[in-house]
Amino acid sequence: MADTTMAHFHGDPHHLRSLEGSGLAHSGPAAKRIVTGYGFWIFILSDMVMFSAFFATYAVLLGQTAGGPTGRDLFSLRNVAIETGLLLASSFTCGLASIAADFRSTIWFQIAMAVTCALGLGFLAIEAREFADLVARGAGPTRSAFLSAFFTLVGCHGLHVSAGILWLLTMMAQVFAKGFRADIQRRILCFALFWHALDIIWVAVFTVVYLLGSAK
Amino acid sequence: MLGKLSWSAIPIDQPIPMIASGAVALGILGILAWVVLKGHLPYLWHEWITSVDHKRIGVMYTLLASVMLLRGFSDAVMMRLQQALAFHSNGYLPPEHFNQIFSAHGTIMIFFVAMPFVIGLMNLVVPLQLGVRDVAFPTLNSVGFWLTATGALLVNISLVIGEFARTGWLPYPPLSELTYSPGVGVDYYLWALEISGVGTLVAGINLVTTVLKLRTRGMTYLRMPMFCWTTLASNLLIVAAFPILTATLAMLILDRYLGFHFFTNEAGGNVMMFMNLIWAWGHPEVYILALPAFGIFSEVVSTFSGKPLFGYRSMVLATMAICIISFMVWLHHFFTMGAGPNVNAIFGIASMIIAVPTGVKIYNWLFTMYGGRIRFATPMLWSIGFMVTFIIGGLTGVLVAVPPADFLLHNSLFLVAHFHNVIIGGVLFGAFAGYTYWFPKAFGFRLHEGLGKAAFWFWLVGFYVAFMPLYALGLLGMTRRMQHYDVAEWRPWLIVAGFGACLITIGIVFQILQLVVSIRRRAELRDSTGDPWQGRSLEWATASPPPAFNFAVLPDVVGEDAYWEMKSHAERQGLDNNEPDYQDIEMPRNSPTGFVCAFFATVTGFALIWHIWWMVAAGFIGAFATFVVFAWRDHDEYVIPAAEVARIDRANVAERRALAGLAGSA
Repeated sequence: MADTTMAHFHGDPHHLRSLEGSGLAHSGPAAKRIVTGYGFWIFILSDMVMFSAFFATYAVLLGQTAGGPTGRDLFSLRNVAIETGLLLASSFTCGLASIAADFRSTIWFQIAMAVTCALGLGFLAIEAREFADLVARGAGPTRSAFLSAFFTLVGCHGLHVSAGILWLLTMMAQVFAKGFRADIQRRILCFALFWHALDIIWVAVFTVVYLLGSAK
Repeated sequence: MLGKLSWSAIPIDQPIPMIASGAVALGILGILAWVVLKGHLPYLWHEWITSVDHKRIGVMYTLLASVMLLRGFSDAVMMRLQQALAFHSNGYLPPEHFNQIFSAHGTIMIFFVAMPFVIGLMNLVVPLQLGVRDVAFPTLNSVGFWLTATGALLVNISLVIGEFARTGWLPYPPLSELTYSPGVGVDYYLWALEISGVGTLVAGINLVTTVLKLRTRGMTYLRMPMFCWTTLASNLLIVAAFPILTATLAMLILDRYLGFHFFTNEAGGNVMMFMNLIWAWGHPEVYILALPAFGIFSEVVSTFSGKPLFGYRSMVLATMAICIISFMVWLHHFFTMGAGPNVNAIFGIASMIIAVPTGVKIYNWLFTMYGGRIRFATPMLWSIGFMVTFIIGGLTGVLVAVPPADFLLHNSLFLVAHFHNVIIGGVLFGAFAGYTYWFPKAFGFRLHEGLGKAAFWFWLVGFYVAFMPLYALGLLGMTRRMQHYDVAEWRPWLIVAGFGACLITIGIVFQILQLVVSIRRRAELRDSTGDPWQGRSLEWATASPPPAFNFAVLPDVVGEDAYWEMKSHAERQGLDNNEPDYQDIEMPRNSPTGFVCAFFATVTGFALIWHIWWMVAAGFIGAFATFVVFAWRDHDEYVIPAAEVARIDRANVAERRALAGLAGSA
């Protein structure tokens, strides 16, 4: 009891002071780059939650074709393989852009970003062609609940890629105009996180929608 | 050119919305005229609208919530009056208007009163409690606030231009689909919530990052004040739950705008999927609101009992347990869906389990009070009122968590009484406790105690008189949202409930009076020490109102109840006369980004509601341009020189010493 009172007197009613030195002591606010990256990670997590809602919806509505075509009738794995190749390659070049930014090499940064942009646009072009083709064949999103879910899930990823390209171009312009300032470096870090996360989501789309959909 | 918009969208033939909106418009014009004529506009623009200071943004959030509370409450009074009158008659509100009122009431109270109130308090207090200078992303913080304001604005525009949803506060399909709700009401709801939802998500990310990455030296996790813990839990829930809301509402938007089939009756759409998705957000939302309130009560009870919080670690554990379990109970909102006895049993049991950590909290507060030297100031009254009221609400909640009982009580007024019991008794009382408790911190003077106590008693008694009859009515079989009825037994209860609403009105009048009187007598209510309540956490260690940089020197934390420890150290050792080593402080520069961005969001939202496509495009381009302009600026910080920091801090220290000297000699 006396011990407790003493600890209380010293403002440490739960004996936490003994934890100091065990790595739990806290040295103060984190550096800006860490804070920014951390916050952006949390945004990506929230984005993944949004995608998981669309994935869950797709899973629920998978069989609801209302007498219309199923995934097996519609999906072309060749197309999807090319899309996947483009996106994965763009992630690689995006990684190169990050390295170039670390080395403050403007020319390599711009080249790597331009290639990333071209690969992303290639992906979007194929996706747009696939969508247009489906609509032309009478398998648009209004045909059945299954197709609504399909277009929304895949289209949401496509919208993210489009937004990513807009961001990418903005970053190229910023580096061109301002160079590798600390705040621009932080934005490049966030952009890279975003672009890689889109790849992860695409892997899930590729597996859940196209691979499983074609097998059925 | 203007899509679906035409002069017929303005309800000239309906006197109530026209008079109400006319009065509001006159009020706004009056305030604007006063601001402009008195020359306050530059001050408002530079010091508030473009401010990225977390304290200012917190105050603006709370102000938005208070104004919207008046709107939501007038809806409530209109409903009570209608139901008191509409026995064997049509009352004074036609059904289509009554339906809009109960939909707007729920939407406003949850999204534009409760949410901004708790987010405002978290914004104001958490960086101060953590001992730091701002949140992680100050400009985004401003964007989040202004997007929330956009949502509130769109809901209010629906009063004059067009209509609001008639679907209830959650737009259940198929009623909310285009077939059954062809008007713009549901669209107002959807876009207002999509836009403000982005704002809330931004606030959530910001506060999670702040708590996890920005803490002063020595502020380990287990030394954080309880309010910081509940803020963390609540914002983790925002990050995990709000994207589900965004996705769900997006699906309903696609159904309505592009003929998709997520929730339609045709082509394989699944109505119950909407219920599942919306409540997978909706139940965590309840705890997003309740957890910060629990944090406020923890601070208030501990301060006004003069004791450290009892069972601090169990409180942390209970908070995080609620954070996780809140994602596992959503199905109890529709036991009647017919998922089968096993599924219902699992969710029923989970719903009862979540009451356990809540019970732990209640006991911790009681034991904090036990043996304490309790001061019954207004924040403490709200806290005690909360404990009693919330226990009743929690117990009726456990009752409806039993699936067979729920089959009888589903969608009855018993349910309405239950959730008002926990949301008013829990969240709103918590918000009021926090408002009275931290008001002196935000503005440098206290709120008038007598009027605050009067407001409390009218609210408390009014609440019981208004909502206990609703339990009885539910058991008598009255369902919610009835525009008129023919059952004679219901009438007396509804009249009593209407009387309760009058008592609450008096409570609100006292709150307004309290604010006005306190502002007029601010000289005598001034808090010159920065520590008016003998507080325990770091927000009381700085001046009231705190300087822009919060702390001249970031505090060093050596234990729980950081500021209490500093004070008792000073008492033991005598006052520390060594002046700290003042340094230049870099602070983020103000930015109109949030305001401009919200302006374009309002334009885009309005254009989407009325199908004005060129305006949608213009709004998007404007919003993107705003961000590019923001990203292009070269100086995002300004420096407060050490001499200025020293001048501000010395003045505060001198005031504190003078008072400590007075207390010493007395």
